[in-house]
Amino acid sequence: MPRVVVLDYGSGNLRSAERALEHAGARVEVSDDHRTAMEADGLVVPGVGAFSACMRGLLEVGGDELVDRRLAENRPVLGICVGMQILFQRGVEHGVSAEGVGRWPGAVEPLRAEVLPHMGWNTVTAPSDSVLFAGMDPDTRFYFVHSFAARGWEEHAEAPSSRRRSVWAEHGEPFLAAVEDGALMATQFHPEKSGAAGGALLRNWLGTL
Amino acid sequence: MAVAVRVIPCLDVDQGRVVKGVNFTGLVDAGDPVELARRYDGEWADELTFLDVTASSADRETTYDVVRGTADQVFIPLTVGGGVRGPEDVDRLLRAGADKVSLNTAAIADPELLRTASRRFGAQCVVLSVDARRVPSDGTETASGFEVTTHGGRRGTGICAVEWAVRAERLGVGEILLNSMDADGTKAGFDLEMIRAVRAAVRVPLIASGGAGEVGHFAPAVHAGADAVLAASVFHFGELTVEQVKNAMRAEGITVR
Repeated sequence: MPRVVVLDYGSGNLRSAERALEHAGARVEVSDDHRTAMEADGLVVPGVGAFSACMRGLLEVGGDELVDRRLAENRPVLGICVGMQILFQRGVEHGVSAEGVGRWPGAVEPLRAEVLPHMGWNTVTAPSDSVLFAGMDPDTRFYFVHSFAARGWEEHAEAPSSRRRSVWAEHGEPFLAAVEDGALMATQFHPEKSGAAGGALLRNWLGTL
Repeated sequence: MAVAVRVIPCLDVDQGRVVKGVNFTGLVDAGDPVELARRYDGEWADELTFLDVTASSADRETTYDVVRGTADQVFIPLTVGGGVRGPEDVDRLLRAGADKVSLNTAAIADPELLRTASRRFGAQCVVLSVDARRVPSDGTETASGFEVTTHGGRRGTGICAVEWAVRAERLGVGEILLNSMDADGTKAGFDLEMIRAVRAAVRVPLIASGGAGEVGHFAPAVHAGADAVLAASVFHFGELTVEQVKNAMRAEGITVR
């Protein structure tokens, strides 16, 4: 049974993430202890609320360093919701930019849609070689709740990373619903709140550990 | 593809038990909120709402147990409302496993509570619940003709329901649950005019509640601007299933899960 740590940095409803991962077949501990988090087979970085507040909380427990150290050893990390957003270079809220962990290029910005937050069940478009969405019907829906998103990659002059798989969704405009980048994966939606579909995704992730 | 219109059953919970007529067949314990939550999850309910009607604050501990028990077993979003007085109540419910908390009377008494809760916990988990009605002939006229009520719709406040929704949005709520106290219990359909009036004024998602009696009632609420529809008795009494409601909406060209 894979061992998973849900990183506890004062963000939101961790209980659901813990229970959903257990339900999907993991042994789960909610912790901010670096040793425990390094030793786990998988690390989940949750997150709700404001980008800047989440980032502050993450830095307080040294979560950025933890993510870097794990990825340096190719050890799986899964970001959820704002836990995905903070993996980008920066987040822009109310016109103010805050620095992110910077594993991925680009910014997290307000979605341009008629109704915000984007709240509810939506479909995603995943590439055929996706790991997280393997075996899933294209009509499968996941539960989203967010007003900000990465609306695309900012690659500048660099060539896009070939190993990075992008999963897209649309609310007013297209945005990144999930990213699979080697050991680092993340979803903008909440798999732990997405019923059976979310359970299947978590099992797919646990299968990589 | 667009985000699906949500269908949300609402359960009244009193001292840890579901009250107000539950008439499902095959339930071991029709008063057990966790069992009912699981049942609704199985019917493809998109979200669940618990309305805590426990009168005595001493008995409120049971509500946290119910939230914990549900969040441990049912992996769809859970909103809890009723008797939420301040940020500490919100915090406790979120820690117990609620994803969203709805505020009603306490926010009318102190609107800043909405800002405080939104800043501290994030707009995504703060829902404003508005019990609104058409201003009665002996009432105080409001700009929209709708007013906010308290005490289960018995007392008018003279506050314009549309202005209140707009103010709450500015204060940072992430969603509005609009209950029509005129339509509630009539089973004659949603108050479409009220939905339209609030929809035109706010940008946050809008949940329509009150008046659902048959499958055909839901699509018009969505066409009037609701992003989600909530009902209690029609589901509990087994008159309608979530699936029937979704099929009827799908036939009207509405995207559902």
